[in-house]
Amino acid sequence: MRSAGACWHAERMDGQLAIRLRGVIKRYGPITAVNGLDLDVPQGTCVGLLGPNGAGKSTTMRLLTAQAIADEGELEVLGFRLPAESKQARARCGVTPQLDNLDVTLTVEQNLRVFAHLYRIARADRQAAIERALQIANLVERRDSRVDKLSGGMRRRLLIARALVHRPQLLLLDEPTVGLDPQVRQELWALIDALRAEGTTILMSTHYIEEAQRLADTVLIMSHGSAVAAGSPSDLVAEHAGREAIEVYGAPAALAEAEAAAQAVGLRTRRTGTSISVLGVEGADGRAPEGERRPTNLEDVFVLLTGEEIS
Amino acid sequence: MREVINFSSYWRSATFSSTVEPTIYLLAFGFGFGSLVSRVGGYRYVEFVGTGTVATAVLFSSAFPAMFGTFVKYQFQRTYDAILAAPVDTEELVTAEALWVASRAGVYGCVPLIVALFFGLNPAWGMLTVPGIAFLSGFGWACFGIAVAGFAKSIENFSYVVSAVLTPLFLVAGTFFPLSQLPEWAQVLGNFNPLHHCVELVRHAAFGTDGWADLGRVAALVGYGLLTWRVAIYAMTRKLID
Repeated sequence: MRSAGACWHAERMDGQLAIRLRGVIKRYGPITAVNGLDLDVPQGTCVGLLGPNGAGKSTTMRLLTAQAIADEGELEVLGFRLPAESKQARARCGVTPQLDNLDVTLTVEQNLRVFAHLYRIARADRQAAIERALQIANLVERRDSRVDKLSGGMRRRLLIARALVHRPQLLLLDEPTVGLDPQVRQELWALIDALRAEGTTILMSTHYIEEAQRLADTVLIMSHGSAVAAGSPSDLVAEHAGREAIEVYGAPAALAEAEAAAQAVGLRTRRTGTSISVLGVEGADGRAPEGERRPTNLEDVFVLLTGEEIS
Repeated sequence: MREVINFSSYWRSATFSSTVEPTIYLLAFGFGFGSLVSRVGGYRYVEFVGTGTVATAVLFSSAFPAMFGTFVKYQFQRTYDAILAAPVDTEELVTAEALWVASRAGVYGCVPLIVALFFGLNPAWGMLTVPGIAFLSGFGWACFGIAVAGFAKSIENFSYVVSAVLTPLFLVAGTFFPLSQLPEWAQVLGNFNPLHHCVELVRHAAFGTDGWADLGRVAALVGYGLLTWRVAIYAMTRKLID
């Protein structure tokens, strides 16, 4: 009974992808920033694009608002084909950029009002939309403050609320918590989680593993412009890193030795900088080295799939 | 479209000093030269310069703010990135910016004329067309400024444009001395200077029209506006959409 319901649900969702990318390629001169990317974001879910700096996450975000035009491939946002119908798509999307582009000479409320105009909210609904956005940002008290007087966390909340002023069906968040301290990050996670609970579809790019693990229903790991793995965070961990890992500490030479030994018996390893993690050691008792046992996590998968060195 | 204009107007409510400089020119030339030459081109010199500096005010309140404002907004404030993520395209963005700058030029352009009225310029009904002339010229210069900002790699590039293009056009526009004093080739070239047409139109608005020739000047300004408008859209699309 339950599975039949879930199945029907999945089928209905399939016809309602908020974002659908197929074979998207974007080149900048000799550099291919996005290289054959496929991406599905079903409505009502939160998908996290996880990847190191330079993996093509921000370019993907720009492609979705037609601020970059793909060289090849198909792009659909909310059923509109890009770039031809991007304006209709943009009217139904909210975008929070990585770099703060609030107008610092205006007040909080004026920033929201400008975007209420840009998103063509009818005059009668405008004030209500602004009030709602102020509440989302928890900035009702600061409505008359100029933006350059706000703290970093407040500005970021305002940036997200600005993207929500017109009740978009889809929210694009590019690195929503980059450069913020842990307290502010938690606050923003609570905000994003609340939006997700309300059923807003979210595509979020991040290089913070914990952020993807906490917020995303599905994580897509990107490396060098294409998707190298996709799935729920727990599935990805189980599939690529197993259940448990052993940490081996020691001098660099000893670490290299432990790494070679583990690989020789068919175990996957990753470097952490201070240790070697030998992954998927459950049920490999005879072959596993001595060390500290710990549960595997998404970071293991991330490093395993996107490489240990910074390219 | 209206939304964007509304938005622009919010944004820089600060009044602009572009009227001060032409007024200083007006006073300096008016009093300085005015004591040496009493009549130029059949007009008293203060009348000649008072009408001419309208074009200077238009240039200073359109080309310069458009150049610097546009560059700062995309390079440093990234405002255009935010706007283009909303359902606004580059064409609308450029048009709205240019219309807004042109509207201000329409207002600021009148200031030297009003100052000249206090110094003995006789009021005329034709002067009521001056805001329109200033707006039309201002639109072309605003688009010119936006296009320059779109093509410029850095803000230092602007000095080339100012020295090599704007300053000569500004000096050889018939603002401070009539072009008829110049060699013939320079007079012919003067017809390609949009600022010269603006100067002449304002002068004729104050002292009586030149009939068909003035219609031709309006057409030249419309043409200049259309050309720079398209070039500005092209330059900014290249800059903002990759």
